[in-house]
Amino acid sequence: MTISRADVAHLGRLARLELTDDELDHYSTQLDVILQAVARISEVAADDIPPTSHPVPMENVFRPDVVVPGVDRDEVFAAAPAHEDDRFRVPRILDEE
Amino acid sequence: MDLTRLSAYELADALDKREVSAVEVTQAHLDRMTAVDPKVHAFLHRTDAAALAQATSVDERRASGAALSRLAGVPIAVKDNLAMRGEPTTCGSRILEGWRPPYDATVVARLRARDLVIVGKTNMDEFAMGSSTEHSAYGQTRNPWDLDRIPGGSGGGSAAAVASFQAPLAIGSDTGGSIRQPAAVTGTVGVKPTYGGVSRYGLVALASSLDQVGPVARSVLDTALLHEAIAGHDPRDSTSINAPVPDVVGAATRADVRGLRIGIVTQLSGDGYQAGVSQRFAEALEHLQHLGAEIVEVSCPSFEYALGAYYLILPSEASSNLARFDGMRFGLRAGDNGDNSVEQVMSLTREAGFGAEVKRRIILGTYALSSGYYDAYYGQAQKVRTLIVRDFAAAFEQVDVLVSPTAPTTAFRLGEKLDDPIAMYLNDVATIPVNLAGIGSMSLPAGLAPEDGLPVGFQIMAPPMADDRLYLVGAALEAALRDQWGHLLIEEAPAL
Amino acid sequence: MSTTHDTMPFDQALASFEPVLGLEVHVELGTNSKMFCGCSTVFGASPNTQVCPVCLGLPGSMPVVNAMAIESTIRIGLALNCTIASWCRFARKNYFYPDMPKDYQISQYDEPLCSNGYLDVTVPTDDGPTVVRVEIERVHMEEDTGKLLHAGGATGRIHGADHSLVDYNRAGIPLVEIVTKTIEGTGALAPAVAKAYVAELRDLMRALDVSDVRMEEGSMRCDVNLSLNRPGDGWGTRSETKNVNSLRSVERAVHSEIERQAALLTSGGRVVQETRHFHEDTGRSTSGRSKEQAEDYRYFPEPDLVPVAPSDAWIEELRATLPELPSAKRDRLKGEWGINDFELQTIVNAGALDLVEATIAAGVDSAAARKWWTGELQRTANDRGVELADLGVTPQQVREVEALIASGALNDKLARQVFEGLVAQEGTVAQIVSSRGLAVVSDDGALLAAIDDALAAQPDVADKIRDGKVQAAGAIVGAVMKATRGQADAAKVRALLLERLGVSE
Ligand SMILES: [Mg+2]
Ligand SMILES: [Zn+2]
Repeated sequence: MTISRADVAHLGRLARLELTDDELDHYSTQLDVILQAVARISEVAADDIPPTSHPVPMENVFRPDVVVPGVDRDEVFAAAPAHEDDRFRVPRILDEE
Repeated sequence: MDLTRLSAYELADALDKREVSAVEVTQAHLDRMTAVDPKVHAFLHRTDAAALAQATSVDERRASGAALSRLAGVPIAVKDNLAMRGEPTTCGSRILEGWRPPYDATVVARLRARDLVIVGKTNMDEFAMGSSTEHSAYGQTRNPWDLDRIPGGSGGGSAAAVASFQAPLAIGSDTGGSIRQPAAVTGTVGVKPTYGGVSRYGLVALASSLDQVGPVARSVLDTALLHEAIAGHDPRDSTSINAPVPDVVGAATRADVRGLRIGIVTQLSGDGYQAGVSQRFAEALEHLQHLGAEIVEVSCPSFEYALGAYYLILPSEASSNLARFDGMRFGLRAGDNGDNSVEQVMSLTREAGFGAEVKRRIILGTYALSSGYYDAYYGQAQKVRTLIVRDFAAAFEQVDVLVSPTAPTTAFRLGEKLDDPIAMYLNDVATIPVNLAGIGSMSLPAGLAPEDGLPVGFQIMAPPMADDRLYLVGAALEAALRDQWGHLLIEEAPAL
Repeated sequence: MSTTHDTMPFDQALASFEPVLGLEVHVELGTNSKMFCGCSTVFGASPNTQVCPVCLGLPGSMPVVNAMAIESTIRIGLALNCTIASWCRFARKNYFYPDMPKDYQISQYDEPLCSNGYLDVTVPTDDGPTVVRVEIERVHMEEDTGKLLHAGGATGRIHGADHSLVDYNRAGIPLVEIVTKTIEGTGALAPAVAKAYVAELRDLMRALDVSDVRMEEGSMRCDVNLSLNRPGDGWGTRSETKNVNSLRSVERAVHSEIERQAALLTSGGRVVQETRHFHEDTGRSTSGRSKEQAEDYRYFPEPDLVPVAPSDAWIEELRATLPELPSAKRDRLKGEWGINDFELQTIVNAGALDLVEATIAAGVDSAAARKWWTGELQRTANDRGVELADLGVTPQQVREVEALIASGALNDKLARQVFEGLVAQEGTVAQIVSSRGLAVVSDDGALLAAIDDALAAQPDVADKIRDGKVQAAGAIVGAVMKATRGQADAAKVRALLLERLGVSE
């Protein structure tokens, strides 16, 4: 499995990274090396082995449906890049949905 | 008396007896920061005003006879990936420059509630990705033992702060060794508790299923005192263990290994380990044997796949955890010129705000999770994780704790591995299996490597929720080495 | 992006093609707090006042599952005859969008909490109501997004706006997504089946008391998947019409999409797999994003949450809390009220079932209760564009009005004015009767005077009546009613008039 420049560009779009030409070159080479280094994991894990998504097994952790105070809007806006009319202001959205 | 040379335990004692005030203790550490941090650069942000205010409050309440917690008035440094209300929290990244959270991480809240005095936020590899603290956007931290060498990472700032006597205690976070490897290369003690043992709420996530907050100090007992102060169930963290905290302070005080079975992990020694590291590790085992422990060798065959699994699971989870840094609600926003679309602004922000290692891992993780590759990468890595959990379980059937060198080498030179991600990743080979299995682990000093005179770390691993065993063994070994040297290893660190 | 398409008339489309339907309905649960944090879910609060680090997706925050949301979802699953998973997990659905604070949605992917159920719906046809079984693929939990406001453009729409504003009060409100299996073989009934299904779901959610299901406030939203195929051929390419937000729109969206796809396929074109947006004003949809440039959502198990594993005992405890379900209730009431399918359907369509039931329970007779709710009150609700239940008239008030009619204090015409006053929030029934001066004129003297005036004004009509043409009396009665501004008992006026003229029926 090798990763091309175009693959990295696609991944950059998925991950919202505006990668430079240099980065595309650099990362496509490095990802190849890294993936080769990790590829050995396919040698061991067979179908009958269940995946572990969580290291300490636990189940059914819930909270009661009770309202608790949140944070102050002004404190959050103070740390926000832009706000207007009590809302977060964001640039124009091209794509619907 | 130089207050900065005292342990947390000694400071607490002196404060309790009113031999010193919290303000004096705090000021001594702030002065030490002023004197040495320009050389070390352990801190990204100092919280002098808040620290002195807290210290004053502690002194007042002590004077009025109020009951205070054991560590009340003791200074502490906090890694910059823990949210602290109103104070900068950058995670070593440009993308969070200037961000002040509107809330406290649970661990920070507990420190405040127990009246520890937070003196500042410590440097780290950007978003905890790295083993050298060279990936910080705000400059590298230097190793107090040799300023041309790395202090380990990602928590190099916390380890260096403690090693250079700027604070007796520090908080770190450990995803693949970020508490233990810096402790190893700076001659300090660091513990990664059992996953879920300490709340992650307010810890800016790197890899949620691997991250764990833990204590850093200069002695095993100090580490235990801090561990006890921060551990315990937190209803805000769904993965927090709802069970009593093991008696880590009691274990650190007992320091007894008689009759204990200690297993050397075959796969975590030998080839690839620096000669002086292996030598000090072997000597430490002899000490433990003399103290009455039985040493056996245990094989964990799946460990050779741990690094591969780790470098798929970590970037996958990180790629998702770091998605929220999009310039919309907090932190940096780039390219918002009124013409660019939201999609462009998000991409420009992330491009400008993230460093090379972060982007590298985001791309790798995005790839590993993408449709068509999930089963081969993320899915497969999670199966390897199962094998590693099973290897540990089988090993702990035979022994009470497992041990290994913490890192294959002593501190390497700044810049040495910066352009070779694989070489950098290999530094974590001995610490990573612990995170994959979620168990607890400690690193403590085993001496200086003869060839370079730099600290060597000794790693102890215990079964899930048996973190007290780390302290039992660690304190026993520490005591034996102290008898041998006449002092703690850290006393040999350069004065700076 | 094109906005208009050639269409083929519906009947003609159905002659050549079979529609295959799939419906995805999102329901906001009526919990007090959000899905993963303790913020309030109350609708209409000032922007960004019901937020916290968790639902703003601030760095370091972590989700914790709302137990009530799990219970509501299991109850919905049980009511839909689903299998409840003994073990399942949340997953992250990764995509960037400014209304999504974490840039991933915590949802469920290949392990839904409930799966494989069905819902029987009654569809009106020319031959009377028919029952169609809609099979349910899955019911899963997820979190809602924030709300966007598009600023700086002429229309307030996303297109042409120069920036947008985000309110995260809605972000993190628990959503249940209910997904049907493909619905086939409905032919020309497809639009009606879709509408009946969504209506039945809405009634079910109300009966379960898990959501206020107000489609106009967005607490219930429907996505319509539709493809056409020629009989005998395989399935065609489907489109997905998003956010169809009223029962009428569900029907219209299916209808118009059948007409659009049929025209496209007949003219040799092909249906593009895409997301479409339905417009209430035109009743048509426009093309959104094509799936060829679709996101890769990179689902993986949510590592900040632990699995949900409901025990059998818990599930049975929840099953015991299920109320009488709407279909069973309808069958029961049909029998109790002695009405036929059509009458029942009229009441159901008006959304009046519970109101009529409550009115009867308050002591009003069945015919009168149905008459008011499906007549005058339903018309008023339609005129005002609100749900009958939100009109502001209660079953108790209907009972009070009926009691006044029975005592002769009001007639039907005056009663309508009382209801008008209630809708206008003028006060209680008694206050409105008094303030509007509504009372039947029962003073014979006054009525006789009015009758005399009317007779004098229309002497020719008076003659006709005297001549035995009793049916002409209506004109005089009408004039008297008008003169008394409706406040007379028409039957009494008629009796007095005939007595006055010495005529008998
Ligand atoms: Mg969904
Ligand atoms: Zn919230």
